[in-house]
Amino acid sequence: MRTTTMLNASRLRSPILYVLCLLYLICLPYSASAATPPEAPSVVLIQNATVMTVSHGTIEHGAILIKDGKIAEVGQSIKAPAGAQVIDASGLFVIPGIIDCHSHIAAESINEGSVSVSSMVTMEEVLNPDDIDIYRDLAGGVTSANILHGSANSIGGQTLVIKLRWGQPASKLPFEGAMPGIKFALGENPKRSNFSSRGQPQRYPATRMGVEETIRGAFSEARDYKKAWDDYNKRVAAGEKNLIPPRRDLKLEPLVEVLEGKRYVHSHCYREDEILMLLRVAKEFGFKVRTFQHVLEGYKIADELAAAGVGASTFSDWWAYKVEAYDAIPYNAALMTRRGVIVSINSDSAEEATHLNQEAAKSMKYGGLSHDEALKMVTLNPAIQLGIDKRVGTIDVGKDADLAIYNHDPLSAYAVVQKALIDGRVYFDREKDIANRPEIEKEKKALTEKLKKAEKKPEEKKSPEKKPEEKPKPPAPASTPTAAVASQGGAL
Amino acid sequence: MSKACNLRFLYFLSFICLFYLISSPPVHGQSQSPSGVYAITHAKIFTLAGSPIEDGTLVIRDGKIAAVGSSVEVPAGAQVIDAKGLQVYPGLFDAITQMGLSEIGAVSATVDTTETGSFNPDVVAATAVSPSSEHIPVTRASGITEVLAVPGSGGFDSGGGRGTLGGQASAIHLAGWTIDEMLIKKSAAMVLNFPEIQTQTFDFTTFSRREKPYTEAKQEYDRQINELTDWMDRARHYSQAVEKGSVSKYDRDLKLEALAPVVRGELPVLVFADRARDIRNAVEFCDKQKLKMILAGGEEAFKVKDLLRSKEVPVILRPMLSLPDEEDEPYDRELSQPAELAAAGLKFAIASFDNSFARRLGQNAANAVAYGLPYDQALRAVTINPAQILGLGNQIGTLEQGKVANVIVTNGDPLELTTDVKYLFIKGQPTSLENKHHRLFEKYSNRPKASN
Repeated sequence: MRTTTMLNASRLRSPILYVLCLLYLICLPYSASAATPPEAPSVVLIQNATVMTVSHGTIEHGAILIKDGKIAEVGQSIKAPAGAQVIDASGLFVIPGIIDCHSHIAAESINEGSVSVSSMVTMEEVLNPDDIDIYRDLAGGVTSANILHGSANSIGGQTLVIKLRWGQPASKLPFEGAMPGIKFALGENPKRSNFSSRGQPQRYPATRMGVEETIRGAFSEARDYKKAWDDYNKRVAAGEKNLIPPRRDLKLEPLVEVLEGKRYVHSHCYREDEILMLLRVAKEFGFKVRTFQHVLEGYKIADELAAAGVGASTFSDWWAYKVEAYDAIPYNAALMTRRGVIVSINSDSAEEATHLNQEAAKSMKYGGLSHDEALKMVTLNPAIQLGIDKRVGTIDVGKDADLAIYNHDPLSAYAVVQKALIDGRVYFDREKDIANRPEIEKEKKALTEKLKKAEKKPEEKKSPEKKPEEKPKPPAPASTPTAAVASQGGAL
Repeated sequence: MSKACNLRFLYFLSFICLFYLISSPPVHGQSQSPSGVYAITHAKIFTLAGSPIEDGTLVIRDGKIAAVGSSVEVPAGAQVIDAKGLQVYPGLFDAITQMGLSEIGAVSATVDTTETGSFNPDVVAATAVSPSSEHIPVTRASGITEVLAVPGSGGFDSGGGRGTLGGQASAIHLAGWTIDEMLIKKSAAMVLNFPEIQTQTFDFTTFSRREKPYTEAKQEYDRQINELTDWMDRARHYSQAVEKGSVSKYDRDLKLEALAPVVRGELPVLVFADRARDIRNAVEFCDKQKLKMILAGGEEAFKVKDLLRSKEVPVILRPMLSLPDEEDEPYDRELSQPAELAAAGLKFAIASFDNSFARRLGQNAANAVAYGLPYDQALRAVTINPAQILGLGNQIGTLEQGKVANVIVTNGDPLELTTDVKYLFIKGQPTSLENKHHRLFEKYSNRPKASN
């Protein structure tokens, strides 16, 4: 995670701006620019585009027919059915919507860092559909994201995959049917090497040894818990009556799901030895690790990763921010790919997620991946890793119409997203965004004037009945700095 | 000797010379020419001081560009690089970095960016730059040949924290056995982190925001400005006293001595400010104090572009790849700012403000192009503009005769993500592209397949 805003945490806030933000947030549902979901046309035709399917090559002067949110046809020239919304994509490039395999957007909190095993907490319960970073990442071509708990814990909270359906309520964000996940973390962050809390006792574990034992201890308990419930259920099924069920443990239940293969493990890690450690522990308890996240030394043990069938989700070129990142190399993705690992490139940052297409391109320079191999890093590969590749990740008939349209080959620093579609609906349109700006400016000015007037005449405050219905939300754009700073607490 | 003998001898000598010339091996980036003379031939040369030369030759001699053009003769004894199909550019200049001042951001023992205390005008970045930093070979492999190492300016790799007068920034080449060999200018600018009216601060230990009432914050700001003004006044008096010769060695004040060239308008002051209000306050302050101001950061420069243009304040911009601070700002606010500033006639450079991300300099400039900045202006923003802004425009930044030979030979657009640097010259010496990352890549590419 890294945003430049994190560095300038102390921001100027005049009282006017303070209250302005408050008022703006309150008025958000009522303003012209309020997040409302886009229309849902039943038939959409994108034509005259360079279609990069990722699964079966690139189609020049291609077209995509979308029906009820699914890709119905992909080809060279498709006749527009009656009533179809036609998107003329002449000179433009269409790719599958980008999937960010490591994201902390759309969440009110990131780290339950007070305990080392916080598997009982879930990101789903803190989803924030009003996080502006959802919109910004959409503008960067991201259509789905793996929303993760932070890395302050050896075993962290439950995670979920969302689609960036800007304007929809929280209940409509989760990616339907996607396997739930859980976050693990190894190395400096869970052992709190770089975070000293004044006057607070050191939390266990403080070494990599302790990280292993924390995980082993939790799974040992989970195994016992599972046995207790399996025994109980067997006896109930056999007809026994008046049995007292075992006491529920919300912390251990997600770990039982891991043991039963019903919940994916996404483990933050850096050093090769800790990566191998988790593979060992997983083998001991009979579960599988789905993805290693960051995995910056993955290139050193690429064969072991390939043999274990674990996905690797890494950065393009981050390095040297802490000791365990000092041996990170931009060739990581390519090297692991060449040795048979399925690799994705992720953001761990709302800002980085706005240009994942560019980060993917770097794997062509560093390690010589081909154009399509590089494109896979942010489309098909993260889809496979998250188990959603039957729905997204390529442009194929039957898949969701999650697409990103660029004005240039996306694997270039010069490419700009023009439109982003999810389920066949245009959730981001650059032209419309630009056209709406004068309106937003006007509204902002009007609100500022109103505030100034209100400040000058405090006696003429509105009567209580006219108070806005929503309770005041915390001022200041909480999304970027909070997420960034909370991430500093453990998302790296 | 007879005349005929002379002639034959002459023919023999010329034949030997010609033979030597023809058989000169091409430079592979590691061998040194005994004569210090190199010629890059058959390249498309972008001098940035005129139109590109389609099929050109660039001659380097004694660390400088000796000649560049379409019909330049290759001198005898020169090591020749046949750059057919390749392109030649001035090396990129990253105008704000912590290069050499920080190795691993989280490890304070490796971080020398920020001294304690608010007023340290006398500390000099060059003193703390480690020529052995792994960041140097990694960064130059991406075509950056010179940087400004900036103290006391925060930054991702700095471990946070910054004072008011942070010290003197040093311009350095990204090659050299010692700092002396690397120096372009030891004291290139004075860092001033302009005081902000902070109504909100962030406490990292409790991870919470702290609010302060405006009046209180304004009071604190005024106090800081008064203190800063006081330093400037004292430096002025000190400078005058030195001129008059009335400062004996017992009265010598190192800090005021360091500030003296600043108040005399000789040493530019690198003012870090991002919000429009801070920038306005900074311009007003520097105007009043008659300081030569360079704005660094400039996140909201677009809001005060007319002021900056009228006062002729150049700007060194933060990376374009950053999110706007305000929720209701356009999502591409920082990406489209360079285009807006260029249209308004402002002089600016683009910098990384970082260390480990310095190699993204070209990427940031390209993103500015994607959002409306003309390409040639983007290229200038990372070559000649930073050089000129820092008063080094006569030494580097373009490929012209007499300038320092910091040259890159690439297989394409140096701002595009997939371009490789093929040859690198710093101070006219072929410089290795080898670095820690490539070494690790090679090592683990050659790891035998593990048997499981």
